[in-house]
Amino acid sequence: MLLASSKFDELRLDHMSRAFGTVNALRDVSLTVRKGEFIALLGPSGCGKSTALNCIAGLLATTGGSIYLDDKRIDQLKPEDRGFGMVFQNYALFPHMTVRSNIGFGLKMRGTPKAEIAKRVDEALGLVRLEGQGHKLPGQLSGGQQQRVAIARAIVIEPPLVLMDEPLSNLDAKLRLEMRAEIRRIHNQLGATTLYVTHDQDEALSLADRIVVLRDGQIRQVGMPRDLYESPDHLDIAEFMGYRNRLTGKVTARDGERATIDVRGTSFSGRLRGDIEIGGAAVIAARADDVTVSKANDALKATVETIEYRGREFVGTARTEDGLELIFHAPEAAAVGNAISLSLDPAHALIYAA
Amino acid sequence: MSSLEHTPPASLRQRLALKGLDGVTLLVVPAALFTLAIFVYPFLYGLLLSFEPKEGGIFANYQHFFSDPFLYNTIATTLWLAVPVTIISLILALPIAFRVRLMTRQRLLTTILVLPVTLGTVLVAEGLLNYLGPQGWFSRTLMLFGIIDSPVKLTNNYWGVFASLIITGFPFTFLLTLSYVSGIDPALEQAAAVHGARAWQRFRHVFLPLLIPGLAIAFLLSFVQAFAVFPSAILLGAPAGPTRVISIAAYQAAFEQYDYSMASAIAMIMAAVQLVIVVAILFVRNLFYRGSTAGGKG
Amino acid sequence: MIRDTTIGAKLWITAIWVVVGFFVLNLVAMIATVILSSFGTRWLGTWVPAGLTTRWYFSAWSEFQLYDVLVVTFQIAFTVVALSGLLGVTAAYALARRDFPGKKLVMLLFLLPLLVPPITFGIPLATVLYQAGVGGTFWGVVLANLVPTVPFVILVMIPFIEQIDPKIEAAARVFGANTFKLFLHVLLPMLVPGILAALLLVLVRTVGMFELTFLTAGPTSQTLVVALYYSVFASGVRAVQSIDAMAVIYMITTLVWLLIALRFVNPTQIVARAKQQPAST
Repeated sequence: MLLASSKFDELRLDHMSRAFGTVNALRDVSLTVRKGEFIALLGPSGCGKSTALNCIAGLLATTGGSIYLDDKRIDQLKPEDRGFGMVFQNYALFPHMTVRSNIGFGLKMRGTPKAEIAKRVDEALGLVRLEGQGHKLPGQLSGGQQQRVAIARAIVIEPPLVLMDEPLSNLDAKLRLEMRAEIRRIHNQLGATTLYVTHDQDEALSLADRIVVLRDGQIRQVGMPRDLYESPDHLDIAEFMGYRNRLTGKVTARDGERATIDVRGTSFSGRLRGDIEIGGAAVIAARADDVTVSKANDALKATVETIEYRGREFVGTARTEDGLELIFHAPEAAAVGNAISLSLDPAHALIYAA
Repeated sequence: MSSLEHTPPASLRQRLALKGLDGVTLLVVPAALFTLAIFVYPFLYGLLLSFEPKEGGIFANYQHFFSDPFLYNTIATTLWLAVPVTIISLILALPIAFRVRLMTRQRLLTTILVLPVTLGTVLVAEGLLNYLGPQGWFSRTLMLFGIIDSPVKLTNNYWGVFASLIITGFPFTFLLTLSYVSGIDPALEQAAAVHGARAWQRFRHVFLPLLIPGLAIAFLLSFVQAFAVFPSAILLGAPAGPTRVISIAAYQAAFEQYDYSMASAIAMIMAAVQLVIVVAILFVRNLFYRGSTAGGKG
Repeated sequence: MIRDTTIGAKLWITAIWVVVGFFVLNLVAMIATVILSSFGTRWLGTWVPAGLTTRWYFSAWSEFQLYDVLVVTFQIAFTVVALSGLLGVTAAYALARRDFPGKKLVMLLFLLPLLVPPITFGIPLATVLYQAGVGGTFWGVVLANLVPTVPFVILVMIPFIEQIDPKIEAAARVFGANTFKLFLHVLLPMLVPGILAALLLVLVRTVGMFELTFLTAGPTSQTLVVALYYSVFASGVRAVQSIDAMAVIYMITTLVWLLIALRFVNPTQIVARAKQQPAST
C-alpha cells in the first residue's frame, strides 16, 4: 500500500477558544487526539462543533488558546500550511476539474511530480472504489460518488489528520449507512487519524473510537461510545443521548453506585451518577426502551395517550395523574385511554442531582 | 397490447400540450411579436435599406464608407476608446470585487457605484465638463499638490470621453464581476486552502477557471456599451476630430444629411464590428476554459 | 473567508482601497460640482462660488419649460412601465413555466435587444418609425423605449417566477380557482415584489434612456434627459448654472426612483439582469 498517513503522535488543543464579538462560540476546548484515533465531535446545531473544526483547519482564527501538532504550534499557520485533509459538508468539489484533478489537487499544489500524482490518484480512486470514473466532472456523479471523491481528495495527500464536517448530512438514509461503513473502512485501511463532526448520535456511536460531546462551545464529556451511551456524565447529555424520560424526586437510599429515589410515592432505583446525599433532590432518567408496562403494584400509574406500531413492538406515550409524560415500549398494543403501570429498568436508569 | 388498441388517439390539443404548447405558452406570443415587429423588423429593414443607396450600386454605401477616411477612421477611433476602457475597467474590477466580496456591508459601496450607471452618459458628461474643466476641482487639486503647474486639458478631447466612459463603464463592469465572484461557493476556496493551495494558487486554479465564462460576458457587455459611446463623445470630446466615433457618423448621416440608407449602412457596420469582437471573445473563452480543465489532468 | 495577514497582502488590500477611494471621490466630487454650481451666484476661477442662490432653478424652470418636459417625461415613462409590465410579465410567466420547442430561440430574441446597444438599433428603428409616421411623436418614443424594457422585464421576472413553487398553483386549482382567480388571488400577490422591482427599474431606465428617445423624439415628445443634452450641446447660450440646475432636477427625478427600487433589489441586480450564473459551469 502506497498511501499512508503522515508520521505524528498527537494533536493537542490547549484551551482553544473562539469568540464572535461578545459571543463565545468556543470556550477553553482542551483535547488530545492520538494517532490512529477516530474522534467524533458530537453536539446539537450551534454547539460550536463546526467552529472547532474550522479553527483546527485554519479557516477560522482562534481568539484564545493554542493548537499543537506534537511539539509544533500550528494555530498561527495558514490553512494551506497545516497539511490536513478535509471533507466538507457540501463536498466543495471543484466543478471545473475532473475527478482525477480534484483528487490530485492537493498533490499538485505541493509540486509533486506528475507521475507520482497519477500513481497516488489511481490508488485513491481504488480505495474509494471509483475506478474508471476519473475522467468525469463532479456534476456527472451521484451524491454518494461525489462524497467518495471528496474523501479521496482529503486522504490522497496523506495528511496527519482528516477533518470531516458532517459529511453524510446531504445523503439519503440508505446511502448514509453505506458511506458510514465506507468511512470507517478507509480510516482503518489507511491508519488515518480522523476528526469527525456530526449532530447524529448514531453516526458518532457507530464510527468513533472516542466521542467528544460539545455544548454551548464547551466540552461536556469525552468518552468511548459505550460509556457515553450507558452512563452520560450529565443530565443534559443523557437527554441528548436519548434518555427521554425524566422523573424528579428525592433520594431515599444509597448503596455504592446505586440509589433509590422516591417520585411522589413511587420508588425507582437506578445507577447513581454524581454524588447526592440521602434526602437530596434528584432526577431519574431512562430511555424509552427501558420503560416497560409492568404488572407490579409499586409501578407508576399512567394513562395511555398515543400508541404506535414500530415493527416487532409498540412505542407509546402515557401521562401520569401529575401530568408527567413518559415514553414507553410495549410488546402488545395498549388501547389509548387505558390505565397502565410503568416501571423503569433499574439496571439502565440513571440518577442525577436535580 | 389490447389495452393500447382501446386507447383513443390523443387529440391535437393533448399532443401539443405534451410538447409544452398550451394556453400558458401562448402568453409569450404578444411580447415575441412585439419584439419581432419593433426590433427584428427595423433591423432587417435597415439592412436592406443599406443596400439601396441614394446613388450607385447596391454596395455603394459600404464602398463609400471604406474609401472615405473620415468615415472608416471612426472604427479605429471608437475601438481606441472602447478597448482600453473595457480592459482597464475589468482589470480594476476583478481585484476589487474579490475584496468587496468579503465585506459584510457592501450595500453602501454598490449603491454609490450604481449611481453613474443610472444617471447616464448625458449627466456624467455634463458633470465632467465642470469637474474636469480648466477651472474645475480636478485640475485645482492637482495644482494645489504641485503635481502640475497649469490646468490639464481634460475636456473636449480624447481624455474627457475616456474619463466619462470609465465613470459609467467601471461601475457596470464591477457590479457584473461582483455578481459572478459572489456566485462562487466560498467552500471551494476553503477546500483549496486546506488542501495546500496558496492565495495565488487558489486564484489561478479555482477562481479564475470558474470566472472566465463570467468575465468574458462582463468584457463583452462592457465593450459593447463603450463601443456605442455617443452623447459624451459629442459633449465632452472633440466630435469633429479625435473622438469622432462611429455612432456620430451614423447620426450625422441620418439626421444631418437625411441619408437614411447611408445611416443604416453605418449602423450595420457598427453592429458587425461588435459582432466580430463578441464572436472572437466567445471563441477565446472556449479555448481558455477547455485548456484549463485539461491542464489539471496531470 | 480566508484572510491573509502578511505585509504583501496588506499592501495589496491598501492599494485596492486607494483605487476604490479615488474613484468614489471623483464621482462624488463630480456630482457635488454640479449641485454646488446650480446654487452658485458666480463661480469663476475659485474653489467655491462667490455666493449661494436658488434663482437658477427658477430661470431653468421657465427657460427650458421644465414643467412641460417633466410632464412628458413621466407620461412616457409610466406608459412604458405599464406596457412593458403587461407584455413582459405574461411572457415571463410562459417562459418560466413551460418548455416548448424553440424556447431557446425565443430567449435569444429577448436577449438581443439588451445586448445590442440602443444607438445601433436605434437608427434603423427611427427610420422605420418616421416612415410609419409615428417618429417624433409621443407613441414613437414609447415604442422605441419598449424595445429594451420588455425583454428587461422578462429576464428579471423569469427567475422570480421560477422560484415560486408550481405546486402552489396546483393547490389553488385543486381548491377551485379558475385561471383568472388563480392569477388575481395567488400569483399576483406573490409576484408583486418582483414586478414592483422590475417596473421601478424600467422607470429608472426610461427616464435615463438618452439614445432611443433622442433619435425618435420631436419637439413635443422630448424627455428631460434629451432636453438636458440639447442645453449642454448649446451651452454658451445659457448660463452654466442654469444648465446645472436642470441637471440637478434630472438627477432628482432619476434617483428618487432608484432609491425606491433599491429597497426591493440589490444594486448588482440592476446591472446583472439575468439570473446569477451558478458557480458550476
